[in-house]
Amino acid sequence: MVTHENGGGHGQHQPPSGFIRKYVFSVDHKVIGIQYLTLALFSVFVGMALSLLMRLHLAWPNTHWFFFKGGLMTPEQYLALVTMHGTIMIFMVLTTAPQSGYGNYFLPIQIGAADMAFPVINMLSFWTTFVSLMVMVAAFFVAGGAPLGGWTSYPPLSALGEITGPGQGAGETLWIVGLAIFCAASLMGALNFITTLIDLRAKGMTLGRLPLTCWTWLVTAILGLLAFGVLLAACILLLLDRIAGTSFFIPGGLVITDQVITWHKGGSPLLWQHLFWFFGHPEVYIAILPGMGVTSHLLSTFARKPVFGYRAMVGAVCAIGFLGFCVWGHHMFVSGMSPYSAFAFSILTMTIGVPSAIKTFNWLGTLWGGKIEFNCAMLFALGFVSLFVSGGLSGLFLAQPSLDLYLHDTYFVIAHFHLIMGVAAIFGMFAGAYFWFPKMFGKFLNEGIGKVHFWLTFAGVYCIFMPMHFLGLAGHPRRYFDASAVTFLQKLQPVHVFMTIAAIVTIAAQLLFLYNIIWSLIAGKEAKEENPWHATTLEWSIPSPPPHDNFGGVEPVVYHGPYEFSVPGAADDFIPQHLAPNLVRKA
Amino acid sequence: MLSRRLERGSTSVALAFAVFLVIMTVVTVYIFWAKVWWFPAAINDIGHEIDAQFMRTLLITGIVFVAAQLGLAYVIFKYRDQGQKAASFEGNNTMEIVWTLATIVLFVGLGLYARNAWAQVHFTDAAPGALQIEVTGQQFVWNFRYAGPDGKFGREKPELVSASTGNPVGLDPTDPASKDDVVSPVIAVPAGREVELVIRSQDVTHSFFVRELRLKQDAVPGMEIHMHFTANDPGDYEIVCAQLCGLGHYRMHSVLSVMSEADFQKWMRDQEAANQ
Repeated sequence: MVTHENGGGHGQHQPPSGFIRKYVFSVDHKVIGIQYLTLALFSVFVGMALSLLMRLHLAWPNTHWFFFKGGLMTPEQYLALVTMHGTIMIFMVLTTAPQSGYGNYFLPIQIGAADMAFPVINMLSFWTTFVSLMVMVAAFFVAGGAPLGGWTSYPPLSALGEITGPGQGAGETLWIVGLAIFCAASLMGALNFITTLIDLRAKGMTLGRLPLTCWTWLVTAILGLLAFGVLLAACILLLLDRIAGTSFFIPGGLVITDQVITWHKGGSPLLWQHLFWFFGHPEVYIAILPGMGVTSHLLSTFARKPVFGYRAMVGAVCAIGFLGFCVWGHHMFVSGMSPYSAFAFSILTMTIGVPSAIKTFNWLGTLWGGKIEFNCAMLFALGFVSLFVSGGLSGLFLAQPSLDLYLHDTYFVIAHFHLIMGVAAIFGMFAGAYFWFPKMFGKFLNEGIGKVHFWLTFAGVYCIFMPMHFLGLAGHPRRYFDASAVTFLQKLQPVHVFMTIAAIVTIAAQLLFLYNIIWSLIAGKEAKEENPWHATTLEWSIPSPPPHDNFGGVEPVVYHGPYEFSVPGAADDFIPQHLAPNLVRKA
Repeated sequence: MLSRRLERGSTSVALAFAVFLVIMTVVTVYIFWAKVWWFPAAINDIGHEIDAQFMRTLLITGIVFVAAQLGLAYVIFKYRDQGQKAASFEGNNTMEIVWTLATIVLFVGLGLYARNAWAQVHFTDAAPGALQIEVTGQQFVWNFRYAGPDGKFGREKPELVSASTGNPVGLDPTDPASKDDVVSPVIAVPAGREVELVIRSQDVTHSFFVRELRLKQDAVPGMEIHMHFTANDPGDYEIVCAQLCGLGHYRMHSVLSVMSEADFQKWMRDQEAANQ
């Protein structure tokens, strides 16, 4: 029998029968996981549409488009797109899908639990996230439109209201409120993940037998718990500055378009930057760590080899998590922060390259001597490794304050973080999608469409983001509406055109993915076997899709490590974690 | 024996992946190598030092980039499923220790090496006698103030700021020291002489960026941030704003004119004359 208690207070494991309780306000972690993934899928298409508008404008600034009033984009519209693209992608896609989506669905199953520790809180955190998305998106529809301050929302630009620009009034307020709600949702989620992983592991599921996916979900949850609390506080302070006349972030003596601001004194714009980046840097790892977990998991599964250096991988994930809290100052090298602090942050940041390099070495070590199968899941996992290397190395430039003096706030930075936290993390999600879809829905995603999707996306993202490095080297500042005012930007225009064409192709390829999901749900190949990939972890020991209580009321017992592939002396090239030693067939 | 299913390691996919990685690596390395898009030549000594550190970093990251991408291409092709049996090793502690130590030395060493270029700009103040210029950012213009013949910056008051009536920084006319202050929308500096910038902002955060000086510094409201440089090569260089400051961010633009000492003195006299 399942012995653990459901925090939500419903002790039985019968599925609810009503539609609302089953699919809308469900407390089943699997339904909630799919809800999160659906929210992220919706958001990623919104975010991509916004980036497409930006790219069209940047490539052809004087072309009239029917979707803009008067045919042309205005600077405030462009900056609203900048803000909302970043916000939606970072919070609603990169934070929700890898952790709250896949983590919700598979963490309990991979550790042998019937549900999350607090199912009702789990439901609450999803619906709170949903409300947060609605509030943020509402910013588009209020007077002045969405805020133009970027996803970092630096005060005083973000603190003084409409006087600093359109979108900085009601739009900015909604943005802050939406973000604060998101923080609350993420805190609930983080608590739930940590408790679940610590308390609800099945018998035999020691820490040393945890799949690396679970390790990354755990460390990500800890990062979320420590980081989102700080962002929540920062959002509240910023809101108070806006609506209650406080001055946490606003110094005295400001003059905005000849109007003296007399009612604010004594605040510090740098305080916001410290609070924001104390959250913001760990957030980068919140986005990427689960992708690393999925990649490690898949490389091992489809190379039919144990993960190379499992302990080193766990150590590296923990080191990245810890160091992630010690490096936020590298976002502030030109902010006016003490140059001595900058130097310290720089060395700590260079240090974080070490566990990242360890992971890359170990991924190559995992593939070395393997027997690699190239299905779509594996292709995306391999793509992750390539993108992680490409995106990570530019970090070594930005981590040095003397080089950052030039590169800060240029397209070089955009190239860096899009490759590593944007695209690499998304590749982790795609890998997870092709891998777990048969478990979640009992049907395979179509491999043929998937291959086309992979190649267009892989080539596309390199064509979009590699050239951005060169714009950055040429000194192109980011968040620029157009190049008209600056002479040296004008000869860079062909690069913008090239990137926009690449973006159009890449975005079109994502429609293939959407089509693949819909087509496969309706007419996809049935996943009849419980374990079609011959994988080892517990989700492959139960039917596809899994029953309401996952293991049919029986708590599984774990006998093996997570990556026992090609074990000498065994008949099969994989040993599932739940297989009793006497059942392992000898060669 | 459980049946293997679905697709196995396909040679064509493995080859395509490996070839893609090779092409991507070669093209990327070529564009960096050929400097197709590159920074403009530096006009100060520290700029050259920063460029040297950039090249060191590029060399190290370039080697790692090529090795990792080609290594990935190699293992993908070499170990594709051809019906062989996979190896079963689970790791190698000696290798873990070696590459951990190697990356620590390489990355942290690089960071320590970079200290010099940073320290020269930021750990020292401008020498006494450097030409002081106050830089003020406001939505969406730069203003530059010179102290004038008396060598003293006069008082400024926020309530006197009025861009429309020609007092963009709010000079207080009742202060005698402010009478000869020169305020200009462009900045002129003498070549070969040290300049100290006092960077500030009236409204929101801006960032003063001159590519040829390899210099960027946020202008933060409520703070006065001191930066110093010595420009060697006369010419006009563009100043842009690098920190998002509102809808006119992209057109917040000015010019740094580096002149010979004689030209600078003449420029200064012209400005003072226009000021009377």
